[in-house]
Amino acid sequence: MSYVPSDLIAVVAKLAVMLGFILTVVPVMVWVERRGSALIQDRPGPNRLGPLGLIQPLADALKFMFKEDVTPSAADKPLYLAAPALALLPALSTICVIPFGPDLVVNGETHRLVIADVPVGVLLFLALSSLGVYSLIVAGYASNNKFSLLGGIRASAQLISYELALTVAVLAVLMPVGSFHLADVVSYQREHIWNVVPQFVGFVVFLIASFAETNRLPFDLPEAESELVAGFHTEYSAMRFASFFMAEYAAMTALSALGVTLYFGGWSLPGVDLDGWLGALVGLITLVVKVAICMAVFVWIRWTFPRFRYDQLMRLGWKVLLPLALLNLIVIAALTVAGWL
Amino acid sequence: MVPVSWYLLLSALLFAIGTAGALTRRNGISVFLSIELMLNAANLSLVAFARQFDEHTGQVIVFFVMAVAAAEAAVGLALFIAVYRQRRTIDINRINLMRW
Amino acid sequence: METLVFAVFAFLAVASAIAVVAHRNPVYSTMSLVVTLFSVAVLFVMLGAPFLGVIQVLVYAGAIVVLFLFVIMLLNIQAEEMPQGGQMAQRIASILGAVVFAGMLGLVFWRTMQPNSPPLTEELVSLRNLSRELFFEYLLAFEMIGLLLLVAVIGATVVARRPQQADTTEDWAASGDAPRVDGARSEPHINPETGDRVAARAGRS
Repeated sequence: MSYVPSDLIAVVAKLAVMLGFILTVVPVMVWVERRGSALIQDRPGPNRLGPLGLIQPLADALKFMFKEDVTPSAADKPLYLAAPALALLPALSTICVIPFGPDLVVNGETHRLVIADVPVGVLLFLALSSLGVYSLIVAGYASNNKFSLLGGIRASAQLISYELALTVAVLAVLMPVGSFHLADVVSYQREHIWNVVPQFVGFVVFLIASFAETNRLPFDLPEAESELVAGFHTEYSAMRFASFFMAEYAAMTALSALGVTLYFGGWSLPGVDLDGWLGALVGLITLVVKVAICMAVFVWIRWTFPRFRYDQLMRLGWKVLLPLALLNLIVIAALTVAGWL
Repeated sequence: MVPVSWYLLLSALLFAIGTAGALTRRNGISVFLSIELMLNAANLSLVAFARQFDEHTGQVIVFFVMAVAAAEAAVGLALFIAVYRQRRTIDINRINLMRW
Repeated sequence: METLVFAVFAFLAVASAIAVVAHRNPVYSTMSLVVTLFSVAVLFVMLGAPFLGVIQVLVYAGAIVVLFLFVIMLLNIQAEEMPQGGQMAQRIASILGAVVFAGMLGLVFWRTMQPNSPPLTEELVSLRNLSRELFFEYLLAFEMIGLLLLVAVIGATVVARRPQQADTTEDWAASGDAPRVDGARSEPHINPETGDRVAARAGRS
């Protein structure tokens, strides 16, 4: 269990790359979200600070830091303070199982370009992200506010329901690969074809369920500003509110990275076969670009669709998505056994 | 290298804590949580034995225990909701209609 | 290193287990249970069962305990009051019994176990071998578990369903009557003369 220094350096470097990536995403996404919504709603959006308003996220961050941090007197203090941390933890830790390049040989040692190279990679991702629901429930309960409580209750039911469909869709991808290693999923897609082609149904289920898992419109029932004020984070202000905000974008990034790795070949490009430092660089850039496209879809969907009603949400989750995912699983299993995949 | 018996001692400790909770708590949900704790302590010792004897049987049983715990939680919580509808409480000392 | 990890998570598990049992607010108890489950999951991984460790977090902490919290918040269960006189004796007796029980169990385990265990083998950790065991040797048990879960789903739905058949939302819309939120008072209206359960409602509309 002991690490020699070169391993330690490698781990720190990988952590720096991935955490740097996921933390840079947040300010960039703030800008993309605001400008994107403006584009869709035919208005200019923030355009005063810097070219195209690019410095706006910095101003937003400063505003969050210097705002008053209010804790309601009737709140359940320890849980109220713990909730934002609980939101960030799973969102930031899930990225550790995503591979971001081919094996890299440095000084005769082979390094796999993934932070945690564990045999149960995909399951670890799902397990850690399933812990994200606690922040919503705890925030809703601890705020001692009826809107927050309603948001928390909605969140718990919604996330459990959609996690099921998401997991079944992911299992169908793993079946022909025969491994929980995400690196194996990527190399499988390099040999065959991107999974999105044979598993299109699974991909659609995954996409819809991932909107629900990240509480994005059209499934943002836990916060639903037109009925619940701001849902579970009604009482939060300043940096604690910003933590929820960051956690949402970090979770979106992590889930996009998982989706890209499962369905769109991850860091690999079809027809391009590079290794060494150049391969690592190209792999990382490819992954970032693919994730960026996914994030753009998140923004596009958010500002295009209206919100579901709660009973519609539950009906969609249990009566449409779950049966569809199970059907997909059975078909894929049959095809795998028949040797067609 | 941690000896397997340490895990077993830990499991015994957790089981005892769960037992104490199941016996002393009056809130139905808390009793339930204590039972989950006891199940988990048993799971820990099963995995430890699987490690000791280098066999998968213990791990397979833990898998089944988890599935049963899921079923038990679903039915148990449904029962609590039904009881709460009728009696407006889940204090187990006040749900005593069947007491002689 | 390994000893340190064990010590940290064993301590966390015991401390949070005590919190589960001792805290009077059920939300705190439940959150402590999550910590216990997570610590035990880490111990599972250390014992060469990474699959079970992950499943423990995914299924137990990620779904079952969320269900507990959902019910706690749905029913709005408050913290218990302090026990009255008679229950103190019961409480002390239970704790004493548990301590004695733990001592006995620990003693048996301690006596029967060899101090050193065989080295962790690749076969034990491998998922392939575990699944082979699960789907060949224990296939019947696996199928039975599936059946059990199905029965549990149906059972839970039936038990938790509101006991009102005549009053559907369409009825409320038709009679212009507001839907009743209060579940306890939702016995169907039964006409004492005819035994017709919808008579009262139909008469009003």
